[in-house]
Amino acid sequence: MILPASSSHGFDVVVVGGGHAGCEAALAAARIGCDTLLLTMSLEKIALMPCNPAVGGVGKGQLTREIDALGGEQGRNTDRSYIQMKMLNTGKGPAVQALRAQTSKKLYEDNMKRVLAAEPRLYLLEGNAAGIDVSRETIAGVFLDDGSRIPARAVVLACGTFLRGVIVIGEQRFPAGRMGEPPSSRLSENLERWGIELGRFQSATPPRVDARSIDTDKMTVDPGDPSPQHFSFFSAATRRKQVPCYLTYTNEKTHEVIREHLHLSPIRTGSVSGKGPRYCPSIDRKVINFPDRDRHPVFIEPEGIRTRELYLQGLTTSLPVWVQEKVVRATPGLESARIMRPGYAVEYDFALPSQLRPTLEVRDLSCLFLAGQINGTSGYEEAAAQGIIAGINAARHCLGQEPFTLRRDQAYIGVLIDDLVTKGVDEPYRMFTSRAEYRLLLRHDNAHSRLSPLAHQVGLLDDADYEKVVRHESSLKDLLAELGTARVQPSPAVNDYLESCGSSAISSAVTAEKLLRRPHVSLDPLARAAGLDIEERFVPDVRRRAEIELKYSGYIERQRADIERRSRMESIVIPEDFDFGAISALSIESRDRLSRVRPATIGQASRISGVTPADISILSLYLERKAPH
Amino acid sequence: MRANETIAAISTPFGAGAIGIVRMTGPRALDICHRLFRPAGGGDLADAPSHTLHYGHIVDPATGESVDEVLVAVMRAPATYTREDIAEINCHGGPVAQRKILSLLLDEGAVLASPGEFTRRAFVNGRIDLVQAESVAQVVSARTEAGLRVAMAQLEGSLSREIAAVRRSLLGVLASLEAGIDFADEDIDDVDRDDAGKRLQEQAGRLRELIDSAFVGRVLSEGVRTAIVGKPNVGKSSLLNALLMRERAIVTEMPGTTRDTIEEIINIEGVPLRLIDTAGLRNSEDAAERAGIDRSRRAIREADLVLCLFDGSEREDDHDRALINTVPAERTIFVVNKSDLFRGRRPSFNLGLLPAEPVLVSALTRQGLSELKGLIAGRVLGGEIPAPASPVVTHERHKRLLEEALAAVERTLQGLRVGLGDEILAEEVRAAIVSLGEITGEEVVEDLLDTIFRQFCIGK
Repeated sequence: MILPASSSHGFDVVVVGGGHAGCEAALAAARIGCDTLLLTMSLEKIALMPCNPAVGGVGKGQLTREIDALGGEQGRNTDRSYIQMKMLNTGKGPAVQALRAQTSKKLYEDNMKRVLAAEPRLYLLEGNAAGIDVSRETIAGVFLDDGSRIPARAVVLACGTFLRGVIVIGEQRFPAGRMGEPPSSRLSENLERWGIELGRFQSATPPRVDARSIDTDKMTVDPGDPSPQHFSFFSAATRRKQVPCYLTYTNEKTHEVIREHLHLSPIRTGSVSGKGPRYCPSIDRKVINFPDRDRHPVFIEPEGIRTRELYLQGLTTSLPVWVQEKVVRATPGLESARIMRPGYAVEYDFALPSQLRPTLEVRDLSCLFLAGQINGTSGYEEAAAQGIIAGINAARHCLGQEPFTLRRDQAYIGVLIDDLVTKGVDEPYRMFTSRAEYRLLLRHDNAHSRLSPLAHQVGLLDDADYEKVVRHESSLKDLLAELGTARVQPSPAVNDYLESCGSSAISSAVTAEKLLRRPHVSLDPLARAAGLDIEERFVPDVRRRAEIELKYSGYIERQRADIERRSRMESIVIPEDFDFGAISALSIESRDRLSRVRPATIGQASRISGVTPADISILSLYLERKAPH
Repeated sequence: MRANETIAAISTPFGAGAIGIVRMTGPRALDICHRLFRPAGGGDLADAPSHTLHYGHIVDPATGESVDEVLVAVMRAPATYTREDIAEINCHGGPVAQRKILSLLLDEGAVLASPGEFTRRAFVNGRIDLVQAESVAQVVSARTEAGLRVAMAQLEGSLSREIAAVRRSLLGVLASLEAGIDFADEDIDDVDRDDAGKRLQEQAGRLRELIDSAFVGRVLSEGVRTAIVGKPNVGKSSLLNALLMRERAIVTEMPGTTRDTIEEIINIEGVPLRLIDTAGLRNSEDAAERAGIDRSRRAIREADLVLCLFDGSEREDDHDRALINTVPAERTIFVVNKSDLFRGRRPSFNLGLLPAEPVLVSALTRQGLSELKGLIAGRVLGGEIPAPASPVVTHERHKRLLEEALAAVERTLQGLRVGLGDEILAEEVRAAIVSLGEITGEEVVEDLLDTIFRQFCIGK
């Protein structure tokens, strides 16, 4: 390939990879004001969803929501492309509720490509990156496989599972980044040459079957929410037609087929060597690990509106294709299912994320940023979240601005990146809400309150969108103030309501706030019973948030106190060139761990696994003495 | 930080046994010892293999005279308590010889170890964990043999094990809650609240037991805080001296080992009593009077056990009556002194005023003293010190963290009763696990995920 002249002059930012991380990175950099190139192996594969046809879920949905709050695209694009929307955990508290959308894959890709194409400072180019150009430990550009060079002031690598990717089905192993696409092996070698340490992970996907070949009468229908909510705070809520998903279960027959053919499973043959995710085991693994379970769920999800393909969530496997078909057909409702694409496992290189700064910049290679699966994560949401942070920082670097990072108490994105750079990964990293110690603060409903002011400062959120957030916030403030003073009289209507939700009646006037702090008491019915005209004056989102803030207030205060307590540790900065190896009072193991991660603050140091409280006090002592080395 | 220095200290628990140990650790430990040691069989200490014992004398280089006959243990890094070179000098002599040896070591360039510094090095060098480190501090301060046994058992990790078991069980409950939250769209049943409640109750019980054991632990390692109260001239000092006469175990003067003040410890049938406000008692009766009733009020408030003393040879007065109303009957033993003055006759003091049967003693003739001691032992620990087979909390920090954990478990149980959401319950259980983790030095998330993936078949 010959590089077009228009590209040879170079860019501020070059993003390698057009997946979920690459798209967010490129959009963020371009929107902040940098000339940005998105380099992808195939323009047909922009924002491809190679695994499940869904965005969001518990933990992941919060990430998508935060991406939206930061002015990213994943949320908006999902709202344009979904075929089913569902709020999860509605039976539990609002802090752990999250949206999940089934998407039409093709629609999602097309919509994202349209957004990229419309972005003024963003250019798209098809080509294979083969290496990075480095000059004096600083990135100078990207080399393509034909030897041509694209100069760049910052580079974001977001090449997913392509680094020395190998696909495994049964006994077969062949090089590929995704099914049908060549891997990127030269880039792996090149990164190693520049001293980037790589590890190896594995991930797998289930077979897809033809919708005409299954019997949905034997399954449970999942229609999605009757009045769907949306990911984006900004896009006008367009209602889309909901397409149902289905649920069936494997049975003993399925398990027997699997057991009969286990000797062909890569688990047993050893043809897959990378570490796979525990939260997403193959059906082979589930049958081995949980021999007492007589069934495992199989969620059947349409891959789109213009295809017959159905994704068999729960039947992930890389058994030989002929065995896959037997397994599928042993399962109720799938007796005559025809496989359209087989399941497979993919093994790939990732860069150990402890080599990164919290900005996602490689610590020892200035201006090189890594985002997405290359950092050992899994999932579209985790990838996009890193993409936007890498894109923002690449752009800010070009503009000579301060780095942009999020703290653990600010965002799931902060938790994600802090975990990656501080603790490293020993399996593909997926977000769970239980990873966030401040879960009650990091909610789906308040993502914009937490992050949009920052996005506005950074230049990713325009005034008009930001104005919407500001209005929402001030309306919330008004409502909270009003609830704090509004006195609810002990009328029969009020007491009837209170008793109906298992709460005790009141005998004298009480503020609405106080009543709302009781479990099970909700704002709307209380306001109605008390004759407060709140429903007319405040939109549902604001009313809901007010209710949540009050319900959790005691816990929120506790978490804030905890954050306050720890903030001192977070604010003690460790100098970049601090020599951990010189502190002989630390054990060799601890010195080693600290030198590897090179934490930026005492707070970060304290989260490195294996670093003890004693290490931290020693370290603090040294820092207070201004490092004697 | 003095990691490169060689530190030395007398490391025998004060007053325990005939052999004293002066211990030294650091890069120059063997070298310094070599300079002062004259081996009986010749040879060079600096070349001695690790973990060998050498017989000989410590010699004062200034005079050339032997200070004491000793056994020197040579232990080379890294297979030592501190992971540094260690020389242990086992000497015969009492405190004087030990101090002399220590001062010779300091003259040769060793630095006096600050309290707990050996242990801190062991901890910092990764030799022992946090609980172990803290129980070593207890060994250092253990005043009686029973106290030592507790500390040793703790060293071996029985407390760690018990806490780990509680933590594991709480992690199981948290995993059920979290799995239901994080894998809501999978085939995971919501947590069984009855079952969770039962498990939490059990763990609350275990935590309570541990917290209760802190009293025993403190008694064993610090002694029963005991106040002797009474108006002037009833014989408080005499009683103290009578009790001390034979039973006097240790008068600590070890600077900085555990506390700053000089305290009296009396060992009564294996129960160590730590006398509060002994300064007031010892100095003079006047001092106690000067400080007035406030002072004894404070002593009474802080005491585990109050010995309330009256003069049996005199009629009671308003001071006595006020005192009877002040002391907490359940923690008090009433003692009527000077029985030698009314031997065989009714005391002038009206015994009917006392809410419990008093012990009649004579501090002077020691009459009734053994009865009093039996009563003290019985009152404190049912007459005997429990063998520390079960884990005992001996550290204040552990107790506080266990109390925090218990409070969080109780809030969870309360939350279950009023039907709070899983995410709130999880918050509380997690707080309990975090508190326990601060004792054992473990964090939550990875252990939690391990537990979830072991307990539940996750995976779409």
